[in-house]
Amino acid sequence: MNDVVIRVENLGKRYHIGEHVAYLTLRDALARVLAAPLRNFQSPSDTTRDTEASEIWALRDVSFEVRRGEVIGIIGANGAGKSTLLKILSRVIKPTVGHAQIRGRLGSLLEVGTGFHPELTGRENTFMNGAILGMRKRDILRKFDEIVAFAEIEKFIDTPVKYYSSGMYVRLAFSVAAHLEPEILLVDEVLAVGDVAFQKRCLGRMGDVARQGRTVLFVSHNMGAVALLCNSAIVLERGRIQAIGDSRQAISKYLARSSERAQEVYNLEEQRRLDPASRPEVEFLTLEFEGISAKLVPADADLSVRMKVRGNEAVSNFSFYLSILAADGSPVGSCSGAQVHSIQAGEVGSYRLQLPNPSLARGSYRMHVAVGAGNERTGFRMFDTAADVLHFDVMAPPGQDGTISEWQKNWGFIRFRNLISAKCD
Amino acid sequence: MSANSVPASIPDSAQIDIAPPSGWLDIEFRELWRYRELAYFFVWRAIKIRYKQTLIGAAWAVVQPVATMLVFSVIFGYLGKMPTGKLPYPVFYFSGLLPWTYFAGALQSVTNSVVEQQHVVTKVYFPRLLLPISAVIPGLLDFAIGLLVFLPVLFAYHLVPGMAVLTLPLYILLEMATALSVGLWLAALNSLYRDVHHLIPFVVQLWMLLSPVVYPATLVPERWRWLYGLNPMVGVIEGFRWSLTGSGQPSNLLPALATGGVLVVLLGGLAFFRRMESVIADVV
Repeated sequence: MNDVVIRVENLGKRYHIGEHVAYLTLRDALARVLAAPLRNFQSPSDTTRDTEASEIWALRDVSFEVRRGEVIGIIGANGAGKSTLLKILSRVIKPTVGHAQIRGRLGSLLEVGTGFHPELTGRENTFMNGAILGMRKRDILRKFDEIVAFAEIEKFIDTPVKYYSSGMYVRLAFSVAAHLEPEILLVDEVLAVGDVAFQKRCLGRMGDVARQGRTVLFVSHNMGAVALLCNSAIVLERGRIQAIGDSRQAISKYLARSSERAQEVYNLEEQRRLDPASRPEVEFLTLEFEGISAKLVPADADLSVRMKVRGNEAVSNFSFYLSILAADGSPVGSCSGAQVHSIQAGEVGSYRLQLPNPSLARGSYRMHVAVGAGNERTGFRMFDTAADVLHFDVMAPPGQDGTISEWQKNWGFIRFRNLISAKCD
Repeated sequence: MSANSVPASIPDSAQIDIAPPSGWLDIEFRELWRYRELAYFFVWRAIKIRYKQTLIGAAWAVVQPVATMLVFSVIFGYLGKMPTGKLPYPVFYFSGLLPWTYFAGALQSVTNSVVEQQHVVTKVYFPRLLLPISAVIPGLLDFAIGLLVFLPVLFAYHLVPGMAVLTLPLYILLEMATALSVGLWLAALNSLYRDVHHLIPFVVQLWMLLSPVVYPATLVPERWRWLYGLNPMVGVIEGFRWSLTGSGQPSNLLPALATGGVLVVLLGGLAFFRRMESVIADVV
């Protein structure tokens, strides 16, 4: 069973910067066509320099092989090319150069709940979503009861999903995806959504899939999950393979490099240009800590993040979401902002996120910040997610009044503020 | 979980080759056929969603052509004295508006088919051609309902479809092909240039004036009729009217011109759409 099922050779994907940043309009295209004869008069060297400056390789010279039954993690910072690679292998986008061969039935999960429509019932959405993921009607029919049972929504299966709570919505969406049983599975950061119980379930399911001898390619920011599930890992950096091999070694290489990268201001706009396909309704431009230094966060400090976001469309009801992760990517905690904001199309606004004293223990952390909309009825819909940003180090707390200043790793991430004991009569 | 269950059959071939886009007309009809169930689901979903959360539901399929028919009959017929031959105004306008309403709707759905599904297009692979192809189908339901309403109107004027009604399916097919052929170009352009979105209502409006909806094709001077007939909807609407009412048989020229024109535009549209397909997920 050592045969190669995925062979990737010199795969590359080039994007033209600027060209796709705004929606193309016919006028621009006409202007370019009219300007073309002039461009031809330029000397060849001019032209090359010109194009080199305006294009960027989201993926370059990527080659690897995957054997049957292997579970491979793909890790890397934002904009490293992970999603681009997965999208090419899923055939959502085409490569610019190179080629890949995939042998076996392919299932790809770039998100859960693709094609869900709020007006349709759970039953109807199950069929629609299953069909979009590539299941046949007879397979969906056969597994239907199983899907519904796994999602635990038997009573509501004939209710339009717009009345579902976000938890029900995600459970159903994931359950459909979990019953897709391909030979080769490509999974993007689907684990980043949902609550902890849901994430556990995803992990468990992924483990099942792996044990059944299926081949899995798995993009994640959760190093713990990658270490747990994957035999080997590919580390991408700026579109190139930086390391490939045993997952634990690859992870420690990646973590070592990513702590070097810790920076004060995160410019996401620059990174996003790598993937012009994504044009969220509201997107992050920059993120930075406010009032604290990321390298030295006092143990009892309030975390304050300043964000610049741009509305690409007018949105009247968006909120912010934040998760804190430990250095290995395991989630520490999450919170949704209670406030609802609105933004005009084209407006750039600054916002502040404040997390009053999260009581973190000493150690290195990072954040996922998301902007989205949603309520219990429709489920949450994220417009833009900045994953693995805002790295910071929490210092030891001051050793005052008996507070523990030494912290052992197996004590967890949260230093509970109070423990009250009283003698009972 | 069902570790021992048979794996779901993903409608993919055993080996997938991924390579940069190439060629102009490499449509994989076999692949399209493998994905036919998904097309069915797209159609099914469009029909399901169409009248959800509307007050009068499918009655909209009746209201629109009937109301337009009444207005046209009064304005262009009784006031404008349009020479509609033997046909009473309501019959003339209804029989023109039925195919026109379907066509205008289908053209718009095909044009918007890719952009509307951009969320799916950027996440899952399937032959993109499924979207425009399945977008011409749902409107047929409204069309059929309209047809049922039309029959009593026809009978009220003591008209009965003759043998000509047997050609009706041909005209419907021709009409679907017309909507698809032009829509393919517009759908691909729409995902690249949002201008198309603004262009569509305008195109539909002008196109109606260039088609024999309001007036009979015989109003166009004989020597220009070949040019006029290059608009496939001329053949479709004239043929449609004739097949239901038995009067005003179109010359053989019109349907032949229409079919030829549509085939050319359709082949071009398929090639263009395929060509653009590789760019679409990058930019929508």
